[in-house]
Formats: sequence, C-alpha cells, structure tokens
Amino acid sequence: MTAHPFIERTLAGFADALEHAGTAERLADQKGLLQRLDPRVKVIGALLLILATMCSRRLSVTASMLIVAVALAWLTRIPLRIVATRVWLSVLFFTGCIALPAAFTTPGLAIWHLPLVGWQITHQGLFSAVQLILRAETSATFVLLVVLSTPWTQLLKALRALRIPVTAVVILGMTHRYIFLLLRIAGEQFEARRSRLVGMLSSEQRRKIATSSAGVLLDKSVQLSGEVFSAMQARGFRGEIYTLDEFQMNPRDWFALTVFGVVTIVALFLGMRP
Amino acid sequence: MHIPDGYLSPSTCAVLYAGAAPFWVVALRRVRRIMSARLVPLISLAAAFCFVVMMFNLPLPGGTTGHAVGMGITTIVLGPWASILAISVALLIQALFFGDGGITAYGANCLNMAIIGSLVVNVLYRAISGRASIDSPRRIVAAAIAGYVAINVSALSAAIQLGIQPALFHDASGAPLYAPYPLSISVPAMLIGHLTFAGLGEAVISGGILAYLQRANPSLLQATSGLDAADVGWRMTRPMWIGLAALMILTPLGLLAAGSAWGEWGVEDFKDPKAREEIAAASHNIAPPAEAPKGLEQLSSVWTAPMPDYAPPFLKSKELGYIMSAMMGTGLIILAFLFLDAVLRVTSRRRKEPGTP
Repeated sequence: MTAHPFIERTLAGFADALEHAGTAERLADQKGLLQRLDPRVKVIGALLLILATMCSRRLSVTASMLIVAVALAWLTRIPLRIVATRVWLSVLFFTGCIALPAAFTTPGLAIWHLPLVGWQITHQGLFSAVQLILRAETSATFVLLVVLSTPWTQLLKALRALRIPVTAVVILGMTHRYIFLLLRIAGEQFEARRSRLVGMLSSEQRRKIATSSAGVLLDKSVQLSGEVFSAMQARGFRGEIYTLDEFQMNPRDWFALTVFGVVTIVALFLGMRP
Repeated sequence: MHIPDGYLSPSTCAVLYAGAAPFWVVALRRVRRIMSARLVPLISLAAAFCFVVMMFNLPLPGGTTGHAVGMGITTIVLGPWASILAISVALLIQALFFGDGGITAYGANCLNMAIIGSLVVNVLYRAISGRASIDSPRRIVAAAIAGYVAINVSALSAAIQLGIQPALFHDASGAPLYAPYPLSISVPAMLIGHLTFAGLGEAVISGGILAYLQRANPSLLQATSGLDAADVGWRMTRPMWIGLAALMILTPLGLLAAGSAWGEWGVEDFKDPKAREEIAAASHNIAPPAEAPKGLEQLSSVWTAPMPDYAPPFLKSKELGYIMSAMMGTGLIILAFLFLDAVLRVTSRRRKEPGTP
C-alpha cells in the first residue's frame, strides 16, 4: 500500500479521464454505422431513443430498447467490452444499489419471501427496480454510443442543430480543450508533490496539500483565461462568434433519421399503453 | 448527487429544464454585460477547473476521502452568475463525456448544483463574511459553511425531485415508474451522505482554497468580498428584498392547505371532534388518545404565543393576519441579526484597538 493513497487515486482518476478521451477518439475514427452518419442525425436520433426509453412503462419495451442499443453498438464496431466497463457495470452497481431495496420497501403483492430474514419481495417493487435499472442502462448506452462514434468538435457543432446558442457551443468546445490541459497541469502538480514526499503525512497536511493544489489550479486557470483572451484578441476576436457549418445530409442520413423516428414512435406507442 | 437518466419522469425533467432556463439566460446576459468578450475564455477555463476539481480525491476528517463539486469556491471567485454558467458547462461535459448525470436530467442537475448551489453560497458567504477584511479567518469559515450548506441544500432539492416521483408516476398496480422511494426515504437517504462526507468535502475545498488564495492571490477574492463601495447597500440586496416581500405576500397560501400539520396539534385539538378527525386522517386512521397527553398539557401553559396560529387578535381577516405575522417574524429575525452584527463589530473593533486588554 502506498503512503499517500489520495495522490495515487487522484492521479489514477486523471489517467482514466485521458484514457477515456483517447479511446473515444480512436473509436470515432472507425468505419462503423454511426460513424458514417451526420452528427446531427446521431444527436437527434439518440435524444429520440432516450425519450422513448424514458416514457416506456413496460419492461418488455424498455428491454427491447436496450437490445436496439446493443445492436447499434455492434453495428458501430464499438466493442461490447468497452460499453460494459464504461456504462453497464457502473450503472448496474450504482443504480442497482439504489433500486434493489425498492423490491422490499415498495408496498404491494408479495411474490417471494427471503429465507431466514423473512423479508418480502413485492411484484410492484421488483418491477420498479428492474425498470429503473434497465432504463438507466439503456439511456446511458445511447449517450455513450453517440460520444464514442463522434469526434468532439463535430458533436459540438451538431448541438447547434438543437438551437443551443453559439456562445454556449464555443464555451463547451474550449472547456473540453482546456480540461485536458488542466488535467495535465494538476497531474504534474501531484507528481511533483509525490516525488518530494517522504514518510507519512497527518490528515491535516494531506488536506492542505489537496486544497493548495486546487487553489494553484484555480489561480492558473484564471491567469490562463486572461492569456487565452489576449491571444484571441490578437487574432482578431472581438466577441462575435462564427462557425463553419459544413454538414450536409445525404440519403443515408435521411434514412437513418427515419428509422430512428419510426423506432421511437413504435416504442412510444407500445410503451405508453396502459 | 448527479441524477442519471431514468430516475425522473420526462415531465419532471421538462419542468426542471424550464426552471433552469431563465437562470441560464439571466446569467449569460449578466456575465456578458460585465465581461463582454472575455466571457468565453473565462467561463471555459472556470468550467474546466470545476471539472478537474470534481476529480480531486480529498482527505476528509476521520480518515476517509471524498469529492467536491467546487460550487463554493467558484461562486466566491467568479460571482454567482458566472459560477452558474461554469458549473452548468462542467456538468454537461460530465454527462456527455463520462455519463455522470443524465442528459434528460441535466436541467435538474444544473438547477440543484449550479443554480441553487451557487445562489446559496453567494447569500451565505456574503452574510457570514460581512465586511471582514480579505485576509480575515472569518472568510475561511464563511466559505466552508457556505459550501457545506449549499451542497446540502442542493442534495435536499435533488431528494425532493426524486421523492415526489412515486406519488406522481406509478402504474395501475401502484408500482413506481421512476425513482421508487417516497420523500420519507429519499430525503434522509440523500442527506445522510451529504451532511457527512460530501458536505465535508465541499467545506474543505471551499475553505481550503480560500485560505490558499488569501496567502497567494488575494485579488481573486475581491470581486465578491462586498468591500467595494458600489457593491453594497440596496443594489446588492435588492433581489433578496423583492423575493422576501413576494414570499410575505404569498404567506396566506397556507390557508389553502386542508387539515392540520402532522404533529403540530394543540391541547384543544384533542377535545375538538373535527380536529380529532383530521388528526386520525393524517395518522393512517389511528385515533388520537381520548385526552391530550399530560406532558403536552403541562408544557403548553409555559409559554403563550402573542399571535397564536398567525392570527393577531386585533385583526379579523385571516389573510391580513398571515401577512402581518410574516412581516413581524421577518422583522424580529432582521433585528436579531442587526444586534448580532453590532455585537460582532464592537468586539472586532476592541480587538483592533491597541492597548485594549
């Protein structure tokens, strides 16, 4: 065991974020189904499918939407191992922990009693728990598919199709870019600190290191924003924002959008029936 | 506290998006007016900072570790409106990039963490730090308390959103369609974690970074310090006073509620047949005891309220009684704080005066 686990854990978190970004870029370059589609179609399609999943009141329909998501992942050449590790396991653990007690606490028709303790599992509770887990898994899978199949810059540009203000889209783009810079700076800070540390630290000293590092990072962020602004001004930025919109819909995109629309309507029709 | 997709119904999500939207619009306008072209890089870097600081593993008192949102220090350095934008952007990237928090629940998450969190920090930090100098330890305490309370208010808001789901959205058999726990479970479950670990994490990061900035770069703390002449008085507190006045006028809404609040019964309610029915109805049809509990009877005579049931005896209109009670209650609280402020000022002046024991 390391003497300073909070530094190790923070560094591991940073490394995980950078690895996640690397994987996303690599997968977005592959030649799968979603990679070939217009990013606007993917964003709108994913939102429609998530909406249909959210509105579903039937387990069979929610489960079918998860199958649609898995099929899309397969056609998009995104390894299910990545989907499982990035989404399914974490959602299953998080939502499972939250949803499972509902099987016992929700009043309703008892369908089984736990041996020894005698707690009863109700039909309503079990339905609610399974529905919550399935819905959370399916929605998160659709989001992941879009993110892993679309370069970040194109994804941001596609958000303009949803009438998100251009200023917000530019801020999102710059934030994404500078997250990696700040991750690197913070990582170097912690590495430097780790290399100078010998022996054990008291709890207060560890807290002081963590908060001072965060303070340095905040100070650098504000300074950097001033430098970035000066650089932008030097290149002619006067507050107006222009973007190049080179997306063009082709027949394949229209077909995909129609399929997404039809699947959504069918799922809404079947899922919302009493 | 990042609510994922699937926990809130689509209609709840739509309402919460609609609730968050005006704040985004006002925040964007206000920050643009102040920052002009600087808006884009400043908010971008601040959002990137929020994102990274959320990944910090913070050693907490008691030997455990936790994470913070960073709403406290972001509000203190940038002000509430820029903080709303920066945390909202960080939350969107978290939702898209890491699947931390849902897309449909993004409005709810922003309302809880970015909007409510930033506004609570702003009010509390200014109220507690008062006119203390930038390097005063009082500001560290103010930042820590503001961060702690803000994350708990945010968690309470999330718990309420989750807790109302089973009552509003269930199928014919009564099975909850979204978050399955009622308020009686969701509120304590959410608050236990936030009153302890998450709250401490936010308090540590807010107070700790503020202490660091006091030593390293105090100018970053100037903007929201309340020490600028233009920033004090009516202009700064105007929205709060308008909100307070609106709440006072709305107090008679309480008259619309049927029955009596559970557990707030008086001795006379146990004798009144109509009130007994209401008590039973509110207690799963369990009849109250035939007579008022003896302890309640004894203690109720210890103090008699000057305006029982928010109805001053000299007023016939119930609505006016409510409004007057609200005005008097608020006035008493303000007087108490003015008195406390005066005491603190005298104490701090004595400390600064040389030769004072």
